[in-house]
Amino acid sequence: MNPFSSGTRLRDMIRAIRACKTAAEERAVVRKECASIRAAISENDQDYRHRNLAKLMFIHMLGYPTHFGQMECLKLIAAAGFPEKRIGYLGLMLLLDERQEVLMLVTNSLKQDLNHSNQYIVGLALCALGNICSAEMAHDLAPEVERLLQIRDPNIKKKAALCSIRIIRKVPDLAENFMGPAASLLKEKHHGVLIAGIQLCTDLCKASVKALEYLRKNCTDVSVRILKDVSNSAYAPEYDVAGITDPFLHIRVLRLMHMLGQDDADASEYMNDILAQVATKTESNKNAGNAILYECVETIMGIEATSGLRVLAINILGRFLSNRDNNIRYVALNMLMKAIAVDSQAVQRHRATILECVKDSDASIRKRALELIFLLVNETNMQSLTQELIDYLVVSDQDFKEDLAAKICSIVEKFSPEKLWYIDQMLKVLSEAGNFVKDEVWHALIVVISNAPELHGYTVRSLFKALQTSCEEKSLVRVAVWCIGEYGDMLINNVGVLGKEETITVAESDVIDVVEIALKRHSSDVTTRAMSLVALLKLSSRFPTCSERIQEIMIQQKGSLVLELQQRSIEFNSIIQKHQNIRSSVVERMPVLDMSTYNLKRAGSSPASIASEKATQTSSSGASIKLPNGVNNHTSAPLVDLLDLSSDDIPQTNSSTGDFLHDLLGMDLTTPSSTGKPAAASGGVDILMDLLSVGTPSVPTDVLAPDNISLKQDNTQAIASLDRLSLSSLASSTPQRSLLDSFQDPSQKTKPNPGVSPVVDLLDGFNSNDLLPREETPAFPSITAFQSSSLKITFQFSKQPGKPQVTVIQATFTNLSSNDYTDFLFQAAVPKFIQLHLDPASSNILPANGKGAVTQSLSLTNSQHGQKALAMRMRLAYKVNNQDTLEQGQISNFPPGL
Amino acid sequence: MIHFVLLISRQGKVRLTKWYSPYAQKERSKVLRELSGVILTRGPKLCNFVEWRGLKVVYKRYASLYFCMCVDAEDNELETLEIIHHFVEILDRYFGSVCELDLIFNFHKAYYILDELLIAGELQESSKKTVARLIAAQDSLVETAKEQSGSISNMIAQAAK
Repeated sequence: MNPFSSGTRLRDMIRAIRACKTAAEERAVVRKECASIRAAISENDQDYRHRNLAKLMFIHMLGYPTHFGQMECLKLIAAAGFPEKRIGYLGLMLLLDERQEVLMLVTNSLKQDLNHSNQYIVGLALCALGNICSAEMAHDLAPEVERLLQIRDPNIKKKAALCSIRIIRKVPDLAENFMGPAASLLKEKHHGVLIAGIQLCTDLCKASVKALEYLRKNCTDVSVRILKDVSNSAYAPEYDVAGITDPFLHIRVLRLMHMLGQDDADASEYMNDILAQVATKTESNKNAGNAILYECVETIMGIEATSGLRVLAINILGRFLSNRDNNIRYVALNMLMKAIAVDSQAVQRHRATILECVKDSDASIRKRALELIFLLVNETNMQSLTQELIDYLVVSDQDFKEDLAAKICSIVEKFSPEKLWYIDQMLKVLSEAGNFVKDEVWHALIVVISNAPELHGYTVRSLFKALQTSCEEKSLVRVAVWCIGEYGDMLINNVGVLGKEETITVAESDVIDVVEIALKRHSSDVTTRAMSLVALLKLSSRFPTCSERIQEIMIQQKGSLVLELQQRSIEFNSIIQKHQNIRSSVVERMPVLDMSTYNLKRAGSSPASIASEKATQTSSSGASIKLPNGVNNHTSAPLVDLLDLSSDDIPQTNSSTGDFLHDLLGMDLTTPSSTGKPAAASGGVDILMDLLSVGTPSVPTDVLAPDNISLKQDNTQAIASLDRLSLSSLASSTPQRSLLDSFQDPSQKTKPNPGVSPVVDLLDGFNSNDLLPREETPAFPSITAFQSSSLKITFQFSKQPGKPQVTVIQATFTNLSSNDYTDFLFQAAVPKFIQLHLDPASSNILPANGKGAVTQSLSLTNSQHGQKALAMRMRLAYKVNNQDTLEQGQISNFPPGL
Repeated sequence: MIHFVLLISRQGKVRLTKWYSPYAQKERSKVLRELSGVILTRGPKLCNFVEWRGLKVVYKRYASLYFCMCVDAEDNELETLEIIHHFVEILDRYFGSVCELDLIFNFHKAYYILDELLIAGELQESSKKTVARLIAAQDSLVETAKEQSGSISNMIAQAAK
């Protein structure tokens, strides 16, 4: 025996670890122990193997890595003696889980031990198999376990039954092999075997329809008899829990009856009597009795029970609900949720009690009760329940407010009888929990407000009042700022006063004050501030007397460090300063937001919206933020057309790049030229066109005319024309949003250094187009569609023979930076005469330094092949170090002839 | 089904963990951190159930130890409480009024008992007596084996002299 490898005893090691005063000391002790265990392992020390493994288990429990000891478990299991095997199997179950490859190596030892003559060794193997077996092992060892089910020894039988459960869960196909042996287990007298057998039958019912039918036929009467026997049995000290014989057996057999009686009238009828007996006779003063009653109620609710039995069950729940024990109240609430489907009237009777539970001090009970209340709401009680919940919102815990507010919002949305009520309730919620509601909630509210013209005045006044008291609730502030921007004049003039409303007198300067506070408050985020700027711009036209003051505020914001705010203030300032003549039309009220489109968008993009929201969130530069509703109010419709312009105009505009500079930055030039055009009736539209798009004015009027006509049409059906944009994928943002983004794109690029370079930037697509050879080549040269310091995109083209209008593009994205990009998403929009089909990308992760690229294929169908060239706008969203980043651009250097 | 069993001391030290559903090592420590944060901070009068990741954790405090079992949402929470109590009573009978130190120094024994009580996350035996008998039988098997090996090594040692 080597005296140096023996190390300390297990007990000494535990003492040493417990004596450690700091985490560092503990780590040192553990490191030393691990080192000596490793040494022992490498010396293949036999004598202390079991002790070392026991130590490793303790170390493992403390959270240290112990993978090096895994093979020791296998060696101990392979040993002959019981003590080695016992500790070996324990180590196997503790140190390994079913997903580790090492586990496969143990299959053979397990097989041998399952056939061992010693029942305790068989028991160890069954236990290990039952706790950690994988699907492969289940397949391999199922025959052994099946055989063991038939052995006489109850210890092995019950373990084999539970082991079978694991096997069926891993490989449901094996269920039918077990149904015969399982049914015969129910004839046993030993409680352990019965419990395990009943459990196995229940699991078989879940795993296979065939097994369910078989067991229903063969076991319904047996299970009823078991329940009868156990509930009528005399005092049995071995199984007694608080005066009840074996509550565990009660509960398990009740659960099996639940499975067997579900949707089967005959079986259910057979059970009625015994269920009634258990439901009435079980003592309910101890937890064990209540557990049985609870299971019994669940079974009654689940099977085709008689109405009398159901009344009995609901009454039990009523008793539970008024119990003082929180556990009992919790399960009552839980069960009442299921009872609603059976008898909602009976549950409604307990509404007051349930409402009290919403206000309980226990979070688990509150949560259950709130969910239950949500199910109880209907047209008749909706008003009073909402009132109660909103009242409670005022006093509830901070961490419960989010759940509660979300539930109130969905009740209000679902049941609101009229818009006035909806707006009132939402304002209350936002005033109390405006920091806790999701963005969708206030977006929806704005859509509703916009759709209720008769309530505009009332709403803006209510918001103004609410803002006096709850100015810290961010969604309330946003809605208020938006409404003040839109309907600020109604605030002053008291337009559309409702009967119940108290009139208020507000001066124009008060209104500006409120918005200015929102803009400058420390806690306001970029979205709120940006919305405030838009509101101020709108107010500058509504309240001409305050125009100068607004201009001052704007000028202060010109120095904002946040690019978005800086940009807005500069743009808006120039509108106020230089474009008095068009300002009123630029800041006209938003057209009514289309409710059905909004709802559709909300329903359709709910999973995707998270992604797109993330994508549009402020990147590190603060360049682009998501600004729904409040910002695209310039005019939502004409923006759609802006995207189209490029495609038609590219050939012509190539010649006159110089003019762009003026058009992009100085609007003076364009205004006169646009007034001359017959179709450009609304100046606001034109300004935007000039601001954002590629050189309309330089194009001869006759070329533009068709476009302007379509523009007009689009004005009439604002959102309908959105589907023109063929969005690349479902995951792409909602139409309005992507509009907004494309709207931001050029202006963003011009922002950082106004001068010549942005123009080049914008137009570099055109320039390269010029350089391209003009001759018709059958094979199209690949192009670099986009290149920035961080990213490069190349396009390779191919045509399908016989289909000249279809172009298949293989896009290759290369990451030029030194950071990996994750959540990479490429989106594209094309003019209406082109159809775009995007296949999924090869990956959404783009490795750094150009090591590996992501490819994605696009298929474009040009319906005007030969007449018009391809054009595309694209947007790239990705994350660098979990920071959202956006890049956008226009691709117009497609080889001619596509 | 019981997904896992945890014993956590009031100070947040882990005394026993048993996983019946596959959780990777990293997840396990995350679960432990998360749950001990939730459970140890709950007040004494509150209910013994915590909803967690679509499952339910049933816990009960005995002296300085929290016994926690994580079950499916549709399982009977009251019964799970009974199972916890059942386990505690068996431990108590085995160790003779069990305390936290017993479970620290004889953690492997606690695991052996748990293995006689639960397999595959399901209850195996409702009789405390049967569990005690099975454990005792296996313990004596180990003792006999030890004595035998002891006597053999004695013989070898004596022969070598």
